Amino acid sequence: MTSGFPATADAARAPVPKLEMRGITKRYPGVTANDHIDLDLQPGEIHALLGENGAGKTTLMNILYGLAVPDEGQILIDGTPVRIAGPSDAIARGIEMVHQHFMLIPVLSVAENVVLGAETMANPIFLDLREASRRIRKLAGKFGFELDPDAKVQSLSVGQQQRVEILKMLYRDAQILVLDEPTAVLTPSETEEIFVLLRNLAKDGRSIIFISHKLQEVLEIADRITVIRRGRVIGERIPAKTNAKELAELMVGRAVLLTIDRGQSHPTDVRLKVEGLRVRDDRGGEVVRGVDLEIRGGEILGIAGVAGNGQDELVEALVGLRKVASGRVSLAGRDVTGASPRTINEANVGYVPGDRQRFGLILPFPLTDNLVLTSYYKPPFAHGLIRDEGAILAAARDRIREYDVRTPSPLVPAQTLSGGNQQKLIVAREFVGDTTLLVLDQPTRGLDVGSIEFIHKRIIEKRNVGAAVLLVSAELDEVMELSDRIAVMYRGKLVAFLDGRTADKYQVGLLMATGEGGSGVADATGSAS
Amino acid sequence: MSRPSEGRSPVASIVSSVWSLIAVPLLAVLMALVVGAVVIVLSSVLVLKNPFDPTLPLTAYSALALGAFGSYDSVVSTLVLTTPLLLAGLGVGIGFRAGLFNIGAQGQFLMGAVGSVAVAVWFAHTPAVIAIIAALLGGMIAGAAWGFVPGLLKATSGAHEVVTTIMMNYIALAVLAWIVIGPLRQPGSVSPATPSVGVAALPIVLDRSGHIGIFIAFLAVPIAWFLLFRTTRGFEIRAVGANPDAARYAGVKPRRLIVLTMSIAGMLAGLAGATTILGVTHQMNTTFSTSVGFDSITVALLGRSNPIGVMVAALLFGAMRAGAGPMQINAGIPVELVDFIQALILLFLIANVALRRLLRLRGVSGAEQTGFETITRSYGGETTG
Repeated sequence: MTSGFPATADAARAPVPKLEMRGITKRYPGVTANDHIDLDLQPGEIHALLGENGAGKTTLMNILYGLAVPDEGQILIDGTPVRIAGPSDAIARGIEMVHQHFMLIPVLSVAENVVLGAETMANPIFLDLREASRRIRKLAGKFGFELDPDAKVQSLSVGQQQRVEILKMLYRDAQILVLDEPTAVLTPSETEEIFVLLRNLAKDGRSIIFISHKLQEVLEIADRITVIRRGRVIGERIPAKTNAKELAELMVGRAVLLTIDRGQSHPTDVRLKVEGLRVRDDRGGEVVRGVDLEIRGGEILGIAGVAGNGQDELVEALVGLRKVASGRVSLAGRDVTGASPRTINEANVGYVPGDRQRFGLILPFPLTDNLVLTSYYKPPFAHGLIRDEGAILAAARDRIREYDVRTPSPLVPAQTLSGGNQQKLIVAREFVGDTTLLVLDQPTRGLDVGSIEFIHKRIIEKRNVGAAVLLVSAELDEVMELSDRIAVMYRGKLVAFLDGRTADKYQVGLLMATGEGGSGVADATGSAS
Repeated sequence: MSRPSEGRSPVASIVSSVWSLIAVPLLAVLMALVVGAVVIVLSSVLVLKNPFDPTLPLTAYSALALGAFGSYDSVVSTLVLTTPLLLAGLGVGIGFRAGLFNIGAQGQFLMGAVGSVAVAVWFAHTPAVIAIIAALLGGMIAGAAWGFVPGLLKATSGAHEVVTTIMMNYIALAVLAWIVIGPLRQPGSVSPATPSVGVAALPIVLDRSGHIGIFIAFLAVPIAWFLLFRTTRGFEIRAVGANPDAARYAGVKPRRLIVLTMSIAGMLAGLAGATTILGVTHQMNTTFSTSVGFDSITVALLGRSNPIGVMVAALLFGAMRAGAGPMQINAGIPVELVDFIQALILLFLIANVALRRLLRLRGVSGAEQTGFETITRSYGGETTG
């Protein structure tokens, strides 16, 4: 690839940007997703694109990748205007994208996944997987990581899968790499490893667009940060000359509390008691292997752990969605082992599921129906078999206002809301009324700082009025910030209980990664105060 | 990202939401008529060696419309033919809403007919009111039983309803054949046939053929709508269809609901069979069979499983059936054209994803479980919970 200087180029501007997007505008009915966005990317640069959900980051990248056609604006690669009509155009010009959700085929090997779409042929008929494996090893070696080309993708950790995605781009010799929230599912140490890899790629002269709404990460990895809000570029910053507070304000458009003051907890009676709980996953493997815990009213117990260590199954068993293999669960002294979701719900347990679109919402249904999903059958929302539409609508309006769900109407389908607003909708349903216990599984996954702040405040509020809160999160910062007590889950067991005020982030991180390394470990029942 | 529904006037959003519901069915019908027109012209030129006549489709379609709506007589016959399609279509539609692809409407229809004729013969010496009510109930119960069995099989063993309802269709045919030559055969008749339904025959209240079953069918529309959209049970049905996981979390028991929904669907198809035997044929013989059960699947799809939509779709199909004969007589177009157009409608409905892309219909989508989604994912067995 040679840099073609356009005839009118300003000769004084020495480096021609690898990529330049000028005045990109994209309008959808009723909303301007991108409003004259300018963005440039230098060779060897890691450029972070920071913005809340719905700010227009993804639209901009879809335009770059040929998935959307801009209404106005120009894209230049190496100084030459180009037209990108589709992903194949983008790929041909060295642009590659890793989506937030991995596009890998679990049953195929690393090599097979990597060559998919760019097959190396030994001859016109047969795939040359050996040659592919050789190239994969070479590439991995060049950028300083190890990956077995013959391993099945399903046997890899999430962090390794992320590397397969990056390898896919390198295999096709991508020069411009777009990573959409690449760390969303990674542990702190996996994130570190990916950052090392990204820096190596940049050193190699490749240009990277790093999309994120995590402030600390962006400050750590980026050479330059562009903040967009409501489709416009709000500002450009250099990490050395800015800080998280300023970036958050640029992103949200107002002052944001990045860390919340959770105050003192005042534990009361034991609300949830779990003894020797064992639970199997869908494939029959025991993934919760003897969990004991106790939560009192007015305290938040945070469970930290790398995703996939049995947290989801634990939570599902607690709310009645999954069978209990053995052990005992009691709610405020009453045995509810193996009770149905409705029984648990009627015992005033609120549940924010980890997979909000699977368990939390019926996406095609209007907000009204979603807000009464667990109470549709009882007064005031129904009398006998007959629904009371008036009462449902009135309650929906109240909750939408109280929980600041941004929607044109309570009657639009839930799928038209952004992720943050969908989550607020669930929170509005589950936090309402007297709550004995709140079970929160990844309550802020994928949300922007504004929504996170809002939901965190509500969690603290519920705890302050006496609810017991079980918080499961792969987001270590979230657990550290909110929990009065912290439990670390590792391979189906709670390996340590720590005091939320004194716990050290690196100690918890070590416990998450190895299951050991904790000193001063409290017992399962001990209260933090 | 973009939220197209934001910042629009309420009127515009109502118009667009109505459009998003009716666009696909409307286009499917229009495109079927267009393709039908091409075939009419081509077959006339190529098969019958007639001179090229571009107005022939208009002649055919206007003869069809006149045959269906041209006189009081023809309107009544349209209504009579609409009745079973409407009842069975409502049943199939309610199944679609729950994510169940009930192909068994045909068997449920036949069993409904068998059940009501059996009851009618048994009640031959009671007052007409009692005989009619008993015979209708008999048909509903028999149909419901034919829906209950696949529902129960799905709930207990996960057996897919597509497979089990097809098998139930064959069993229904066999039961029908047995009952006509066996226990209910009219003594002394030359060909195997049951006795007439006698006093249980539905009274004719419109013209010469308009039996009261027509009113039962149209009354079922608001009832089905109310069930689906204004009762908690209907909410559960729709919730299980749209997201079985969330429904389970909401406290719905999917297995129980599947059995209930299949039984309701069977009951409605059974009622369709009952009105047909009690209101039209009055007697059952070995050739008692129609395509109502299968047509009702298309009707439910075309009506997007919305009772009001199903009503419109059933009227359209009923009208085509009623107009087909007059069309053949007056325009010389064979009655099979109607089958052809109905098949095309089904084809375009199933191909709706391709259709939407082809016509670049943004925002026109399947908002809920209205049939297409059920069919396209019906082999996953997700609703077993």
